[in-house]
Amino acid sequence: MSWLHTLIVRFGAGFGACLLALAAFWVLLLILLPQLAMVDFSFRPNLPPAEQGGAQDTYTLEHYEYLLRGSESDSYNTIDLAVFARTLLVAALVAALDLAICYPIAYLLAQSAHGGWARLLVLSLVVPFWVNEILRAFAFRILFGGSGVINDALLFLGVAEVPVDFIRANVALYSGLAYAFVLLMIFPLYNAIESLDRNQVEAARDMGASTFRVHWRVVIPHAKPGISSGCTMVFMLSAGALAAPQILGGPSSLWFTQIIYQWFNTGNNWPRGSAYAIVLLVSTVLLVLLAMRVGKVRLSELGR
Amino acid sequence: MTAAVDLDDVSVRFGDFVAVRDARVHIAAGTFFSFLGPSGCGKTTLLRAISGFVQPSAGEIRIGGRNMAGIGPNKRPTALVFQNLALFPLMKVWENIAFALEVRGIGRAARRKRADELLDLIALPGQGDKTCDELSGGQRQRVAIARALAAEPDVLLLDEPLSALDLKLREHMRRELRAIQRRVGITFIYITHDQGEALTMSDQVAVMRGGVIEQVADGNALYDQPESAFVASFVGENNAFRGQVRDVDGDYANVATEVGMLRARQAARNGWQLGVGDAALVFVRPESLRFATSDDGQNNFPATVAGIEFEGRFWHVFLEIGAGKQRATMTRVNAPGGTHATAPPPATRGVGGEVTLCFSPDRSVALPDGPLAND
Repeated sequence: MSWLHTLIVRFGAGFGACLLALAAFWVLLLILLPQLAMVDFSFRPNLPPAEQGGAQDTYTLEHYEYLLRGSESDSYNTIDLAVFARTLLVAALVAALDLAICYPIAYLLAQSAHGGWARLLVLSLVVPFWVNEILRAFAFRILFGGSGVINDALLFLGVAEVPVDFIRANVALYSGLAYAFVLLMIFPLYNAIESLDRNQVEAARDMGASTFRVHWRVVIPHAKPGISSGCTMVFMLSAGALAAPQILGGPSSLWFTQIIYQWFNTGNNWPRGSAYAIVLLVSTVLLVLLAMRVGKVRLSELGR
Repeated sequence: MTAAVDLDDVSVRFGDFVAVRDARVHIAAGTFFSFLGPSGCGKTTLLRAISGFVQPSAGEIRIGGRNMAGIGPNKRPTALVFQNLALFPLMKVWENIAFALEVRGIGRAARRKRADELLDLIALPGQGDKTCDELSGGQRQRVAIARALAAEPDVLLLDEPLSALDLKLREHMRRELRAIQRRVGITFIYITHDQGEALTMSDQVAVMRGGVIEQVADGNALYDQPESAFVASFVGENNAFRGQVRDVDGDYANVATEVGMLRARQAARNGWQLGVGDAALVFVRPESLRFATSDDGQNNFPATVAGIEFEGRFWHVFLEIGAGKQRATMTRVNAPGGTHATAPPPATRGVGGEVTLCFSPDRSVALPDGPLAND
């Protein structure tokens, strides 16, 4: 409990206690309690308000069962499960795509670019994110639409005969998701690579290493905490995104969050929505932990 | 394998700034060669040009007779030991050492074997499985050298690798480095601002100032026969007396200075010679100054003792000469029961005492006026 002692010594008993209370308030009341309420909710039947807390309000697994089995108990809920699997898979791919895009940029920013240029580059990455999420998503819709800029260009160049339906093919969705979380990949990567001593890169080159080997053996191992941190965030947030799939998703494909949203909203079945949301939360966390174990990254390294 | 390195009028410019100007030097194969100079003199740039991280703006670098233009650092027969060592912290000691072999696709067992041999060479047997942070500064130092040697370079480049070590370890590593160089027999090019390192280890030293190589010589010649005012004042302690050449007679010049007429050997070389009327500097080493006796007819002048410092083996006597209070330092060896010349200054020569100083023309040197190291 030395941190407690430090807190008291540094801020005094009164202010220290205040800070502690605020932190506890934040963690308990604003994060933990609502989540616990959702967990509780997910195990209750969907009852009209009058019957809540009544005789029928007993704990049940019916919502989790529904996700697995659907309305009939002898088959699987293939539609929801397929959406679930696809959401996780695509979120992982989005994280991989962002990593592929951001690694060179972050490396350039951290190792080569100097002062003014680096700041300008960072600014040009940050400023577009002042535009709100919905507007950015619609901008992508316009970009990828049937008469959008990209299709116009393809038609003009003669690459395509008829406009490509990027929306139906989900290209717009994947690009939109990748773009939405690009900063969450760049910054952890930048921080990690920036702390690498440039001499190590030069030493590896001097020993005869190719560019690939320099990255594989020196830069990437050093940047691993940043890579895992970035991938975790992009994966989690992509899997939990709602606006981008709503606006950019193809007509025949759903995102798991959209199903959750439907249960809460049009379905008017909060317990089932909660159950679905918790399944999403738990499985993403488990997947991240698994990936970390495979990649030999400790949880504490993500905070760096 | 070892190789000679030739710099043929090499210049390196960064924009308008000239880091190295017309460097021309021949570094013989298998020698220990140092570039010595104050920080910012261009020595590190020159080293980076030899290793391939910097492209010369003009001139040619040849290693083993082969022009290195357009050849990257990973393709050159050189290996660089970095000032901060730049060991790979996430690799074990042996993996660090064997990195160059890994690059060449040599199998794990052979790599390990070679790493262990090199660990023996640097006197760290059996330490291969440690991580780099488990080693001391001096050990890390040696690992960095072993890692560079594993690449089997023809030329090993060392960028002030001892600067992070404490004094005792530094002196030990000097001997160690020299011994390693003799054992492997390849050319070592060493960069330092520490003249002690350069003089003790090197076969040849190039003294640099402001991007220019001022003199290339062995340590002894640098000390006794400096060819420029900068070299004379940078290498070792030196007393400088500014003046004008009155006449030249053979190997000697008579220079009129503030402390009187001084006669000094002149460093006539490469065709140039001091001429009558030239601005000149007369350099006298602190150990070459002595107290005058009645026999000394020339190069003697009065001085006031401004301070005395005892340093164990030596006495340092700080002096002020003439109206201009020109400062000079004299060093006397502390030999108990020694002669007049070597004994510690008698009480009459304590602080404030008036003394007469003297030096032999053969133990001084007259050079054209120029910037000094501490200007």
